[in-house]
Amino acid sequence: MPEIRNYTLNFGPQHPAAHGVLRLVLEMDGEVIERADPHIGLLHRGTEKLAESKPYNHSIPYMDRFDYVSMMCNEHGYVMAIEKLLGVQVPERALYIRTMYDEITRLLNHLMWLGTHALDVGAMTMFLYTFREREDLLDCYEAVSGARMHAAYYRVGGVYRDLPDEMPKHENNKFRSDAEIAKKNEVRQGSLLDFIEDFTQRFPALVDEYETLLTDNRIWKQRTVGIGVVSPERAYQLGFSGAMLRGSGIAWDLRKKQPYAAYREMDFDIPIGHNGDCYDRYLVRVEEMRQSNRIIKQCVDWLRKNPGPVIVSDHKIAPPNRVDMKEGMEGLIHHFKLFTEGYCTPPGEVYSAVEAPKGEFGCYIISDGANKPYRLKVRAPGFAHLSAMNEMVNGHMLADVVAVIGTMDIVFGEVDR
Amino acid sequence: MSEPVNSGSAQRHQSLAENLMREFADRGCVVKYELGEVTIEIPAACLIEVATRLRDEADFRFEVLIDACGVDYSEYGRSEWTTGEASFTGFGRGVESTGAHGPENDRRFAVVYHLLSISLNMRMRMRVYVDSSQPIVESVTQVWASAEWYEREAFDLYGILFGGHQDLRRILTDYGFVGHPFRKDFPLEGHVEMRYDSEKSRVVYEPVSILPRTLVPKVIRTDNRYLDNANQQQDPADA
Repeated sequence: MPEIRNYTLNFGPQHPAAHGVLRLVLEMDGEVIERADPHIGLLHRGTEKLAESKPYNHSIPYMDRFDYVSMMCNEHGYVMAIEKLLGVQVPERALYIRTMYDEITRLLNHLMWLGTHALDVGAMTMFLYTFREREDLLDCYEAVSGARMHAAYYRVGGVYRDLPDEMPKHENNKFRSDAEIAKKNEVRQGSLLDFIEDFTQRFPALVDEYETLLTDNRIWKQRTVGIGVVSPERAYQLGFSGAMLRGSGIAWDLRKKQPYAAYREMDFDIPIGHNGDCYDRYLVRVEEMRQSNRIIKQCVDWLRKNPGPVIVSDHKIAPPNRVDMKEGMEGLIHHFKLFTEGYCTPPGEVYSAVEAPKGEFGCYIISDGANKPYRLKVRAPGFAHLSAMNEMVNGHMLADVVAVIGTMDIVFGEVDR
Repeated sequence: MSEPVNSGSAQRHQSLAENLMREFADRGCVVKYELGEVTIEIPAACLIEVATRLRDEADFRFEVLIDACGVDYSEYGRSEWTTGEASFTGFGRGVESTGAHGPENDRRFAVVYHLLSISLNMRMRMRVYVDSSQPIVESVTQVWASAEWYEREAFDLYGILFGGHQDLRRILTDYGFVGHPFRKDFPLEGHVEMRYDSEKSRVVYEPVSILPRTLVPKVIRTDNRYLDNANQQQDPADA
């Protein structure tokens, strides 16, 4: 009888399906995985330590860089923690803007996830489809913050500024015909809200398009059904959250169960899976996109009818407007103090969590009464999910590892922090 | 499934705090209820017992360990504004010291666990202080499997050891890294920097060339006038 030996395979960190810089050391028996040992930390930037040396506001842009495909949700978790510490009441309009942008972010994330997950498993087309829609959503980011990804739009006490009345338009250029540009600008004639509303009307049909390609696709099902099954009990034990938990049949969503921002007023459903496999998690996330679309629509309607302030008027924590700063002594002093020293929070500790697209994103802040956090710990959903890697791929084939990485929706900015 | 939620969050957590007090006070645990959050401080000796009961008993049912992290309290309450030398490390302004000093050895490190009860919709926090001369605490991986990586992280960043952990390796820092970077006595800029040396045609490590610099000093003020409940100290002038 020939001697059969197990061997060790190194997967990543430069593998395109590793979604960044995951290095997996796989112990294989033929093509079957016996043990998977993820080596993480290749993108560790020590953000939490950096935050300890900066005033609170300076760390908001760092939050974008945790989970860099769901930027504003991370900011939301962070500013909510500080607001809780300060006891600040955020204006209602800001809450609705945050809710709307959280959902836009969820779409951005799920579109990214769907495109890359399908690409990993072999369906190239999805990637091209989903990135078409991401373009429009990134334009919404740009319109409101000036940045397409790392927005730094949420501030303690509200959001940086109100929604713009005019949607930025494409300019004529030599790479595209004028007619094409004019067609692109058709939906950009009105305000940002008009643009978003138009998007919400188009989007359900586009999700149908994605589903036509995948949901009943035989190859897609062969690659995902019964792969990476997690029972509800194990999902608890492994610290799962978000779609990973709901895919296993647990109806848990912080937006419903511990509502924040304006989610209490929103009408939406939580989809859950039955089998806890990759296919169920796919179905859950696709349905979440439809639900997000519903929420965005409700926010647009509310925001049209209710103008108002979008950030608190307390200039101890939010800067005064430019006119006050230039003309009034009070404004000048507030501006100076705020930008040189920041604001001090009362001593104490808080944990505040949001339902980020990937799961529960939490910020734990310990304050000793200073203008900088004494300790900031970010609870990244991907970290807990990736730690279950060994258990999820055990006994599966090598090709299924890629499907499991995809279904976990891993982004290394948040895993490595 | 859209039952009225969060309505009784405050009451739920308040009664949780009372239950914890009743059940665990005789174990030497201290329970706090602040900012709507429940914290229990557990003596290291009975961590596993309390954790298991928190997971299994009908009053608690904390099935999920959401997060666990280390904390280094050695500079807690120390402001940079009051340092003696006005050079690289701080800003001497002749202001009197805030009087706060770092904690004693046995309270320098802590491990903080965040628990979530999905069936009862509650959260709570457990804290265990660790002696810095012998920073070791029992691992809770037997209670919650998700603790495995969180404890590896706390070990990597703070050097806290977890007894009974199956695989306590470094997780976030580089292969061959020396030191525990999140300790407060570990400088922000680190000890070594790395570059590719074309002559040796390999990566070399050298002592860091950048100097530490404080851009915004850490100041501690007792002025919380924007807080509704901060009526105790109305300090009109900003020092």
